[in-house]
Amino acid sequence: MNYTFHFADVFAYADLLLRGAWLTVQLSAISTMLGLIVGIAGALGRNSQITPVRWLATAYVELIRNTPFIVQLFFLYFGLAQMGIKMTAGQAALLTMVVNLGAYATEIVRAGIDAISKGQWEAGLSLAMTRWQVFRHVVLLPALEKIYPALTSQFIIVMLGSSVVSQISAEELTFAGNFIQSRNFRSFEVYFVITGLYLLLALGFRQVFRLIGQRVFRKA
Amino acid sequence: MVQFTFWDILRNLLLAAQWTVLLSLIAFIGGAIVGLLVCVARISKSPGPRWGARIYIEVLQGTPLLMQLFLCFFGLSLIGLNVPPLAAAAIALTLYTSAFLGEIWRGCVEAIPKGQWEASASLALTYPEQMRYVILPQAMRIGVAPTVGFAVQVVKGTALASIIGFVELTKAGTMINNATFQSFLVYGLVALLYFALCFPLSLLSRRLERRLNVARAS
Repeated sequence: MNYTFHFADVFAYADLLLRGAWLTVQLSAISTMLGLIVGIAGALGRNSQITPVRWLATAYVELIRNTPFIVQLFFLYFGLAQMGIKMTAGQAALLTMVVNLGAYATEIVRAGIDAISKGQWEAGLSLAMTRWQVFRHVVLLPALEKIYPALTSQFIIVMLGSSVVSQISAEELTFAGNFIQSRNFRSFEVYFVITGLYLLLALGFRQVFRLIGQRVFRKA
Repeated sequence: MVQFTFWDILRNLLLAAQWTVLLSLIAFIGGAIVGLLVCVARISKSPGPRWGARIYIEVLQGTPLLMQLFLCFFGLSLIGLNVPPLAAAAIALTLYTSAFLGEIWRGCVEAIPKGQWEASASLALTYPEQMRYVILPQAMRIGVAPTVGFAVQVVKGTALASIIGFVELTKAGTMINNATFQSFLVYGLVALLYFALCFPLSLLSRRLERRLNVARAS
């Protein structure tokens, strides 16, 4: 193999890489927060006593979990544009990430709620709390604590999956890579560096989630 | 300009879906073989293979599948091999699948109570014999449901092969979309076809899981 690597050609575009990485972080952080909210709402929908609501939530979860992220992205970006709903690439990327994460979070949160013993519900109701109050003040936090590791993994999967949004020209980390690659043709070096950056982001995110977890679920 | 009817679109998508199925099968079978090695290395008694497998899993699970595809695609051509997109996609998806299956199966082996190891060791079984006759048959029972469940991820993962130019379901969808401008219909159909491939696997996985839980509870 007579190939000399030229990593300097990649780092010449360090500012572009950093800007791309920053957008990846932003997209991931916002979709994490919104996705968790969708997930909690979805879990309530899945456990709802109203049949159509339950069906709707189930259909949402199954449809999203059994189709690829990239197809969801194309459907929302190009498909909705054809229907007259125009979005920027960034908005479509964020929307798809939230919709995608929401479906997975729904199932994870539901598992957490199911894991809370019935006695907790009964105790809350016997204190004259409404079902919503029991959910909000008694059930939700312990449920989230139980599923926190699974949620963290799912957030990181979505962060890594966000590399795909470069395909609709959202200018995140992979897009920066594609751009640099088209300038200096150092494909392997570029994607090697980008892959390393994603690995760092994944390790960093896991650390941040651990710290957040320690604060939120702090034991007395 | 050529006019596409609804049936033209559907027929072409179905033709392309065959490649999605083929690529999924290659990746799943290849991933299972490599994954078994990863699993064995991960639970090995010597620290060398254990750490090697651990780093392998961390890297493949901590980086995007799209980057792995790009690195295989551009990396192999770098060492002078002119790889067709199908080969690059098959290699990348195999590696990706092996990391996840290896880790899933490690969990299954470790779920077997320690007493089983001790009992079989006291019967003077060697390590391979313990694995072959005592541990693996039990671990495989636990492992079937999550393995089938992961097959869904493999099928969905093949969609990314479209980006390096392999014409499977997603790429066919993009090409037809570029010719017809009927994005809503085309990508809707593409999504439905993936759903038709994945949903039965999801159902099967869930049913296997339930059956196992019933068996364990009794």
